[in-house]
Parts: sequence; structure tokens; C-alpha cells
Amino acid sequence: MATRTIRVDTIARIEGESGLDLHVRDGRVTSAKLTIFEPPRLFEALLRGRGYAEVPDITARICGICPIAYQMSSVQAMEDAFGVHVDGQLRELRRLIYFGEWIESHGLHIVMLHAPDFLGFQDGIQMAAEHGDAVRGGLALKKVGNALMTLLGGREIHPVNVRVGGFYRVPDPKEFAPITEQLHRARDLAVATLRWVAAFPFPDYERDYEFVALRHASEYAIIGDRIVSNRGLDIAIGEYDSQFEERHVSHSTSLQSVLKRRGSYLVGPMARYALNFDRLPADIQALAKEAGLGPVCRNPFQSIIVRAVEVVYACDESLRIIAAYRKPDAPAIALEPRASVGHGCTEAPRGMIYHRYEIAADGSVVSARIVPPTSQNQLAIEEDLCAVASTALDLPDDALRDKCEQTIRNYDPCISCSCHFLRLAVHRT
Amino acid sequence: MTKRKRAATPIPPVLVVGIGNPDRGDDGVGPLVVRQVAEHLPPDLICHVGIIERTGDALALIDDWAGRDAVVLVDAAAPVSVSGRVHRIDLLEDRLPDDMSLSSTHAFGVAAAVGLARTLGLLPRRVIVYAVEGEQFVPGAPVSEAVAAAVAGVATLVAEEVAGLLREPVAV
Repeated sequence: MATRTIRVDTIARIEGESGLDLHVRDGRVTSAKLTIFEPPRLFEALLRGRGYAEVPDITARICGICPIAYQMSSVQAMEDAFGVHVDGQLRELRRLIYFGEWIESHGLHIVMLHAPDFLGFQDGIQMAAEHGDAVRGGLALKKVGNALMTLLGGREIHPVNVRVGGFYRVPDPKEFAPITEQLHRARDLAVATLRWVAAFPFPDYERDYEFVALRHASEYAIIGDRIVSNRGLDIAIGEYDSQFEERHVSHSTSLQSVLKRRGSYLVGPMARYALNFDRLPADIQALAKEAGLGPVCRNPFQSIIVRAVEVVYACDESLRIIAAYRKPDAPAIALEPRASVGHGCTEAPRGMIYHRYEIAADGSVVSARIVPPTSQNQLAIEEDLCAVASTALDLPDDALRDKCEQTIRNYDPCISCSCHFLRLAVHRT
Repeated sequence: MTKRKRAATPIPPVLVVGIGNPDRGDDGVGPLVVRQVAEHLPPDLICHVGIIERTGDALALIDDWAGRDAVVLVDAAAPVSVSGRVHRIDLLEDRLPDDMSLSSTHAFGVAAAVGLARTLGLLPRRVIVYAVEGEQFVPGAPVSEAVAAAVAGVATLVAEEVAGLLREPVAV
């Protein structure tokens, strides 16, 4: 019995550390396992006993690139627990700071982390020599996203201005003047980036995913009301536990989420796009069509196009929110803690992120549960790897490794959020 | 070529950046050093120098040094020989070691930021790196005794470096 092994100690352009084991028998991939070995971070235990007001700032520390997602899901869960609803300009400001995170995160991933895969470069630095304008554009998008987060959050990494009930401080309308000019330029850069990535060569590969994303009555949901899927799921956020479960798997220190009785599902840009295409403004739909997308995209390699569409949308929505902004009378609404359970779910750049908190009468946290997008996508990533590798087994080891790495980067996974990345071993027998 | 004019400018021509996380043992040496640099500078030069600390994504350095003539980076280095030992790297002559080029979604390293800026023509005329060898990088720990003992000396070196950079003739 012949065994062939490929090992990659560290994969670049991805967050965290883990390995991948491919098992091949009789020319067929029988399993692909993400062997995530990063130690658990225990944030949920760390939150127990802390005051509810501390939770947004503590959970923001889970991730340096999507702290807003953690803050937004946590404040939504607390507000759900206390029976209050943040609406109007405060809700619009929350969407605005969240769009800053989308622009920053997507801009960085599209240009510096994902694009080199399609253009044959080792990394974004090599790519910059031939695609300098695109890289400058990506850096400029990242800068604008950071500027939005700094304006509304106090600082770009781990912002400190989001609180349960609203914000600690809200800006005067005149404070938006400099960022408005930057956002107009960013919108042009985003369209240029979309057209650039649309021309990349994409593998002919599709898979019939169960897409899961938030749904809102009128918006392309970033903060939504319902959790929906393309296979009939339509539940309130508070019903999450009735439909989803997390499982321990022996090869990963990160839990894997599945839909009960159904298995894997996909969250993130492709799911949002497929389930909310009708919520995109007509000009964004037209840009997506020009970029070669239909109302649904099932090719994970084309997720880079979907991200670029979302960046254009995020710029437009940000400009619209700023143009309509009127300073709220108070930066936050009043609330009283009570013994209760609350649920929150919002759309991080990588996909929806669910929080559940049980709160004691004094406002302290009794229990916490946080389900990040990468935990939810792990099984889908493994299934993609099985399928993609099956079509590429005739490739030499290096090329097969590159294909697998690219398949993983399609998801922009954050392994540290889920619990890091990639040592690859292929066992051929 | 001409001598630099000493009038105060909106963007000080020299930037000093302390890189690192003060809550991770010797990783915090950069911020600790730059907090002492100003007191070692002649008063008439202080307005020509920007001093900042960075704990996160090094790509932000490209924006930080935009419009500057020179930048001095102070960062911790992995242990190689002796804790607290200082390495001066002039990027006109040398490259940063590859292992300073951590690249991930969350954290582009200093070498990646320098490499990208060089490729895009966004690197200041002079970039000097002071790297201080650490011995432990434990979350929540203070800097080690050896590294703490080196801080004042490195601050003096950086201040002298800054004074030297400000004396250099620049193209106009």
C-alpha cells in the first residue's frame, strides 16, 4: 500500500494555525479534516460574573479585525434580554460602524489575501509590483473602513464607544464631513476593485450549499430580524438553539456547528447575497450582473466577487446613512437589567455570529454562548476540500496543496475567532 | 541638496514608532522606549518629531509614515543571543529578517509593511529599526529585568538617531 504525504507547516494569508489531513483511497478523497489545534480561548467562561455593560468591550477582544461584529451581537442580545429595542438614528449609526468593519475587512481580504491566488503570486507584496493600483486601492479601502470605526468607535481596533442601549457618545453631523469625501472616493475604488476581480480566472466548480443568513424586511441584512436559508429555514434569532447545534470533533479544538438533522451549512458573503439579492439596490444588482454574477453564486472561488459587491453596497449605504443623519437626543436609550435570557445575531464580514446570554437580576452574566462564523463554516470547508481535491488528484503535491489552500481562503476564515491554520498532509493509499 | 529648515511643520518630518503590546512581556519594549525618547531630545528638535505607539496591524504604519522624511521603528525581537541586546537595522543597507514578516488576516508584520511600502514607493527616505531581543512574551507579564534595564539606553540611542536624521540634508 503506497502512501504519499504532503506537509505544509504554515499557510500564509489566513488567520491562525491549523492543519489539514487529506485521505485518499483508490484515487478518491475519502475525508478532509481541518485539524485545528489552537488552544480554546475560554471567553464564554471569562464572561461569567461580569457586568452586562462590560460584555461589548470584552467580546470585542475576541477579534482584531471584526470586533464590531462581536459588539453588535452582544449588545443586541443584552437589549433582547432587557426588553428594549434600539432603533432610529442609533440603529443607523450601528449599521454605519458595522459597514466600516465590512469595508476594512473585505478590502484587506480581497486585495492582500485572496487576489494573489488567482493571479499566481505568493503574496500581496509580490502582487503589488504588477498590480500597484489595485493594492493601493485595497489599502485605501481599508483606511476608510478604519476611519469610520475610529469616528464612531473611538479607535479602529477594539473600539470602545459601543454600549448596551446605543453608544457612549454620538457624533455631530459636521464630524462626518471628512469621511464623506473619503467614502465617495472609496466607492469609486470599490467599483474598480469589483471589475478587477471579476476578470480573474475562476475554476469551474459549484456546490449546492444550504445558505444561511439574516433577513430584514427591507435591508440587505447586516443587522436583521430572521435567520433564513434557501431550504426553508425561517426562524427568529431566539430560536437559533432549536435548529443549530455545536459538536465536538476529535481533530479540532473548535466546535463545529451543524443544522440539526441536516448537517453542514454556509454563512458569509455568498449566503447573504443569495438570500438577500432582492434587497440590494438596483444599481448594485446591475454591477453584480456586469461582474458576471446571477442572483445566486454557488462557486466559492467567486466569493471574492461577492465580497467586492458588498464593499460597493457598504460604501453606498454609509453615504446614505451619513446624508440622512440627525444627531439623536441621547447617545443611548435607558434600560434596566433584569433576570432574563437574550439572543443576538448579526452579520460579521465572514458570516453571521450568534450570541446568547443568561443575565442575573443584578445585571451580571450567568452564562454566555458565542458562535462565530468560522465554526459554522468548518464543515462546509471540509466538504469543499473533499470535492475540490477530488478533481485535482492528478496534480503534483505542490499544486494540490496550493489548490487546497485557496479553497480554504475562499472563506476568509478566522481560526482564532473559532478557537489558527495550516499544516497539510495528504495520505494517498 | 540643502540643509533642512528648522521651522515647525504640520507633519513632523521624523516619526518614531514604538511597536508592541505592553501586556505581553518583552513585546512591550517598543512602547516603553518611545515614551522616554522625548526627554532625551534637545527642546528645539521636539517639534520636528512625531512619537506614536502601535500595538495592532503593522499595515497601518504605511499611513503613519506618509509624508515623513524618516521613520525610526522600535520593536521587540525574538531571542537570538542575549536578552536586552539591541540591533540597529538601516533599511537603506539591510533587509528585515523574514521571520519579522508574519502575515495573516489579523496581523501583517513590520517586514510585510516595509516590503509593501517599498514596492509601492511609499517608504520614507530613511527607515531605521531598533530591535531589542526579548526573552519572554507571556500575556499579562511585565518586561523582563534584562529588557527593562535596556530601555533607557535604547531611548538615548533613538534620540541620537533622530537628531542625526534631522541634521541630514534632504532633497528639495
